[in-house]
Amino acid sequence: MSESDVTMTESTWSGGGLPYAISSKKLGMWLFIVADSITFGAMLVAYAYLRVASPDWPIPFKFTPSIVNATIMTFVLLSSSITMVAAVQAAQAGRIAACVRWMAATMFGGILFDILHIREWLGLIHEGVRLFQNPWGSPLFGASFFSLTGLHMTHVTLGVIYLGIVATGFGRKKFSAIDVEVSGLYWHFVDLVWMFIFPLVYLISARIH
Amino acid sequence: MDHDSAQPAAHHHSPPQGFIWKYIFSLDHKVIGKQYYFLSLLAVVTGMILSWLMRIHLGWGAAAIPLLSKLSPNGAPGGVMTPEYYLSLMTLHGTIMVFFVLTTAPQAGFGNYVLPIQIGAEDMAFPRLNMLSFWVTFVSFIILVSSLFVSDGPPISGWTAYAPLSAMGSAGGPGLGTGQILWAASIGTFCIGSLLGALNFIATTLDLRARGMSLARLPLTCWAWFITAVLSLLAFAVLLPACVLLILDHIGGTSFFIPMGLVVSDTLQPHSGGSPLLWQHLFWFFGHPEVYIAIVPGLGIISNVLACTCRKPLLSYRVLVGCMITIAFLSFTVWGHHMFLSGMSPVSGLTFSVPTLFITIPAAIVCLIWLGSVYGAKLRLNSFGLFAIGFISVFVTGGLSGFFLAQPAIDTYLHAGYFVVGHFHFVMGVAAIFGMFTGTYFWFPKMFGRMMNETLGKLHFWLTFIGVYCIFMPMHYLGLAANIRRYSAFTDDYMLPLIPVHKFITIAALATGAAQLIFLFNLFWSMFKGKLASANPWEATELEWSIPSPPPWDNFGGKHPVVYREPYQYNIEGAPAEFLPQDAPAQVIRS
Amino acid sequence: MGKLFAVVMVIITVVSAYFVIAHTWWMPVDISVHGPGVDHQLEETMLGSGILFILAQFVLAAFVFFGDSKSPRKVKRFPGGPVPLVVSAIVLVGIEILGLSLVGSKVWAAIYFTPPAPDSLRVDLQAEQFAFYFRYPGPDGQFGTIHPDKISDGNGNYYGLDPANDVAARDDIVVGSLTIPVDKPILLTMHSKDMIHSFFVPELRIQQDIVPGLDIPIHFTATKTGKYEIVCTQLCGLGHYTMRAFLEVLPQDQFDQWLKSQSQ
Repeated sequence: MSESDVTMTESTWSGGGLPYAISSKKLGMWLFIVADSITFGAMLVAYAYLRVASPDWPIPFKFTPSIVNATIMTFVLLSSSITMVAAVQAAQAGRIAACVRWMAATMFGGILFDILHIREWLGLIHEGVRLFQNPWGSPLFGASFFSLTGLHMTHVTLGVIYLGIVATGFGRKKFSAIDVEVSGLYWHFVDLVWMFIFPLVYLISARIH
Repeated sequence: MDHDSAQPAAHHHSPPQGFIWKYIFSLDHKVIGKQYYFLSLLAVVTGMILSWLMRIHLGWGAAAIPLLSKLSPNGAPGGVMTPEYYLSLMTLHGTIMVFFVLTTAPQAGFGNYVLPIQIGAEDMAFPRLNMLSFWVTFVSFIILVSSLFVSDGPPISGWTAYAPLSAMGSAGGPGLGTGQILWAASIGTFCIGSLLGALNFIATTLDLRARGMSLARLPLTCWAWFITAVLSLLAFAVLLPACVLLILDHIGGTSFFIPMGLVVSDTLQPHSGGSPLLWQHLFWFFGHPEVYIAIVPGLGIISNVLACTCRKPLLSYRVLVGCMITIAFLSFTVWGHHMFLSGMSPVSGLTFSVPTLFITIPAAIVCLIWLGSVYGAKLRLNSFGLFAIGFISVFVTGGLSGFFLAQPAIDTYLHAGYFVVGHFHFVMGVAAIFGMFTGTYFWFPKMFGRMMNETLGKLHFWLTFIGVYCIFMPMHYLGLAANIRRYSAFTDDYMLPLIPVHKFITIAALATGAAQLIFLFNLFWSMFKGKLASANPWEATELEWSIPSPPPWDNFGGKHPVVYREPYQYNIEGAPAEFLPQDAPAQVIRS
Repeated sequence: MGKLFAVVMVIITVVSAYFVIAHTWWMPVDISVHGPGVDHQLEETMLGSGILFILAQFVLAAFVFFGDSKSPRKVKRFPGGPVPLVVSAIVLVGIEILGLSLVGSKVWAAIYFTPPAPDSLRVDLQAEQFAFYFRYPGPDGQFGTIHPDKISDGNGNYYGLDPANDVAARDDIVVGSLTIPVDKPILLTMHSKDMIHSFFVPELRIQQDIVPGLDIPIHFTATKTGKYEIVCTQLCGLGHYTMRAFLEVLPQDQFDQWLKSQSQ
């Protein structure tokens, strides 16, 4: 009475195929995104824990220039996601030159984001914000701000490099549309993380008078 | 929607040429698996030697240990250990064993070698990533070892590195400066290697199964490696930022884990705003799944081997899979049971105790299914069979002592004592290691094309089995007598009468350690001089036994295997053979 | 081989159990009001776990004993299959868990959820590398303020008190051991000066981490006079193993005398 030796039913899960109907590379990127989300999640939890536990958390972001700048950065990143979508569509349609152009636009958006971000950082540092102190309140403000946004900025910068490699490779026909799509997944993820950081770091620390 | 062809894209790398590409930067999962295995072997020998030094010091604290003064003139002047030296041995012992042995060999070592073959694949989904994962792990080991050589001393805060001790820097004493930073850097690097490995395992198991290898036909080892990979993906992602924040507390002047107003050596510390409990939450949210990462592959290996040893199918494949999944899921809900007395709200004592006790149920079911599988078996008790059966015994013992610690009212007394040390050594230091021995004896012929010596294997088992009970069972008694752990010496009045027990444990530990030389000799001698192995010396059913020993570089010689049945079809009523390999074409069976 | 395994298994099990049943190494006598609850919980768990331990190891031994690959009989499936085992595991372990949790939660609540008695003797504890310092409020019943910047172990000002400017601090009594009267509720408020330490008196059946940045209160009542050891159980640095203080439980009148002598 064994269940063995049943005639083999072919299904997407019985082996010999891809059960999720996406390439392994794409699945791999999704798994990476899961892990990275948890990393950012842990950082956000740590930030929340410390903020709630601190009686003197500063709320320093005035509408101009801080919130305006952060809003522009958000818009830049969102636009770069749109250009990335266009790049993927072009890649899937086989329009190589168009894809490379759209990817260049995306990279430009990432670089612009980085420049605005660094400018903001320099401004804050000029005002006396450090990892271990600031003129307004709990020293953990600077620590959590720089580490959270720094981790995100690192992801953006590495993303720009990654997109550059894929765009170059795709342009030379060494990479496929799947590689473009996988890099797009990463880029959208980086954008999505910012959509958490923007409200949780900037907006709830906005000083609106 | 995009997809590759119905057959997964062939993950081709042509056969490697040249020593470097064949043995150093190999993309072959079999070579990478062996690299992980031998890294673990190096780590376990190192960790064991550290533990011998610790045990000698605990039993005979004032004694001068020969050669130690030459090895560590600062840490052990005249051969007598300083307290911080003992604590650094303890920290490195724990860190090396948990990460570089228990998280590496069962999953990355055996998993890398065996998983692709068992599912009928040519290699892992991402061979280059696989190679990178190993070398990242290797670099992480080097970073950890380098902490031995810094002027400030190697880290002393234990493998758990509680803040503020671990975050304060050298103000807090020796072994807390550069050594601690290197510890955090090493573990952070290890996290990256593990994350990359985990995603490789998951993608491989989902995407690269051969035709006919449905999830219900996966050997239990593959289920275990898959579940462990999911655990790793989620858990290590939390440890990584924790290590980064710890490093920032050291080099960035931040105070993530250090509150205000601390005075060390009469100096007010400049930190403020942080929380030591935050470190504990982050660490244990990783730390508890971590111990299941250490044991679940062992559960898979034992289940897989037990069927072969008993020459009958396991009592219930589905229940074992369900239990492993349940255990893995619950493991994320129980981290607070390490923190019952931590200063968290006492309500959490109850909220964490209940799921912790719940985990007993699937663990008990696993043991019962195993027992039910051994019932009525025709046991072939060779080396791996003995270790598999031995695993059941030690896993039950270790699990039952957890029952005490899961209850906060009892933990009030037993916390931070030797009862805890006995508990986790039984489940991790014994059961998981038995899983690795089982795996070694079982897969050695496949990996090296030769047989290990059976007599030596059995001798190794008996000495080890009796030895580990002699080492770790007395620790429970010490814990009941309130012997506190992480003490480099026992000077308190009520602990003095317990020192003879420590002496007994030390002698048992040294003897059992010596017995491992039998294993090491057997391992290395057999690699070169063992009898040549056939493809299927154990008459097992899984796919790795359908290919030569050792396998060709692409496992199945360019063919795509087809799977016709579940694993573990031994002694099936009415079957034409005593065992039915998974890839043997369908036969008619009269039920 | 199987028969040898079974014999070894039985010997190991019996020897392991013996040392527990004989209480060869066991908890010291309990001297606290909530102690019997803790002890009872531990003993119940020991009974349950002990039975399971012996049963599981003996059953394993028996099955291995009878499982000989050379015997001509066919393999047998466990009667009833997996379902009875799964169900009985869920039911029996579930009941055990439920029982232990319900009783245990009462013990836990007795330690942590009952408020301290209003007439408790208040004592302050400061843990530091590598000593415990206890502070009594003195005749004014008030604790002086702690000034971390004034802490100087070298000058014996462990708490950073400022008696010159702080009236309440003038009569604070700071000592290196904990002296308490018997049968009187004690409220011990603990804080740490540097690392995480822990307060543990095995006889009192009370253990609590002392976390820097937190003031953690514990309360207990000692029921027997005597001298007991307080040990630190949370790794706090190289001197962790030396960190110890004494708990002296005195009859009420002797305690009153001691307290008066400290105030002078």
